[in-house]
Amino acid sequence: MRRVKRRYLALWVDSEGVPSRKELIDAVWNAVTKLYGEHGASLTSLALIDYDLEGKTAVLRVSLASLGLVRASLASITSVAGSEAAVHVLAVSGTIKALTRKLRGNGKR
Amino acid sequence: MQERGVVAMKRAYADLHLCLNVKDAAGMLRMVNKAATLGYRLVAVPVAAEARVDEVAKLREVCSEAGIDFASRVDLRPRTPNELMRQLRRLRRKFEVICVNCENKAVARQAAKDRRVDLLNFPLLDFHRRFFDRAEAELARNGLAALEIDVRPLLVLEGPERVRLLSSLQREVAIAGEFHVPIVVSSGVARELLLRKPREMAALAFLFGLDEASALEAVSESAWAIVGRNRGKLSAKFVAPGIRVVREGKDC
Repeated sequence: MRRVKRRYLALWVDSEGVPSRKELIDAVWNAVTKLYGEHGASLTSLALIDYDLEGKTAVLRVSLASLGLVRASLASITSVAGSEAAVHVLAVSGTIKALTRKLRGNGKR
Repeated sequence: MQERGVVAMKRAYADLHLCLNVKDAAGMLRMVNKAATLGYRLVAVPVAAEARVDEVAKLREVCSEAGIDFASRVDLRPRTPNELMRQLRRLRRKFEVICVNCENKAVARQAAKDRRVDLLNFPLLDFHRRFFDRAEAELARNGLAALEIDVRPLLVLEGPERVRLLSSLQREVAIAGEFHVPIVVSSGVARELLLRKPREMAALAFLFGLDEASALEAVSESAWAIVGRNRGKLSAKFVAPGIRVVREGKDC
């Protein structure tokens, strides 16, 4: 069986409140399901790897094949846990190590 | 690329439809700063056709403070082709971007073939009045107009309405591609939290059938081309299409 290639996305949640880990992943799943349905969502291998409540940054893992689909879904998020929010992608990488390096290198939040 | 001595150029992104309230200075500053933070280098803000010079100057100043380029834009909503031509005669030399909201077919056809029109915009929710068909695209190809797609409705609509909008946009994008009509993807938003990064706009464009390269072009080169062309025409050195003053003096 071929290994599934993955991508890690560093996210920044731009909102007035601080959503919990569950609220964030629920918002992402909702967005993917709304746009692509349950079948589409099942192909994404979506997982929230890390979430920093203070910095409102998160690391999301998705399958490479569904990267475009997930990026569109993330851009379509307008609220998290009932309050207005936007989820921005800060960086994308093939490994968590490279993602961290990329974020440090770019000086992004 | 860099190994071969070619320096890769960083793409400059533009949003040609940022809606700002000129009377709310603080809100305006926040929006412009946010656009700059998200990576835009140029924003076009629609102002009223009768906007005072100081209002436009204020917008330009706010954008300059945020380190972002500003282009003035006017949205026309004529009811007849004749009204459109009158408005174009009056306003073309005053604004860097002219967008026509095509409310009926006659106006849409006239706007597509008139070389003074930069952007064609169609009603978002009235799907019977989205006149961007093959005939419209054929006229737009011979003119200079680009098809403008705002992402705001994709963010605020839900359910069947969004499905119908996506379906219309997919059809229009396919037609535009077939006839080589440029597409400009703009935000059309007035609220900070609805602003998206250029790459996120491109990701949303993926929903209506633009591939990554075309989507990135729609938020950068296509928009800059319109502003650049019009700035050239509005400059004092412009004489006529293809003719401009290069040097002045007694030795010429």
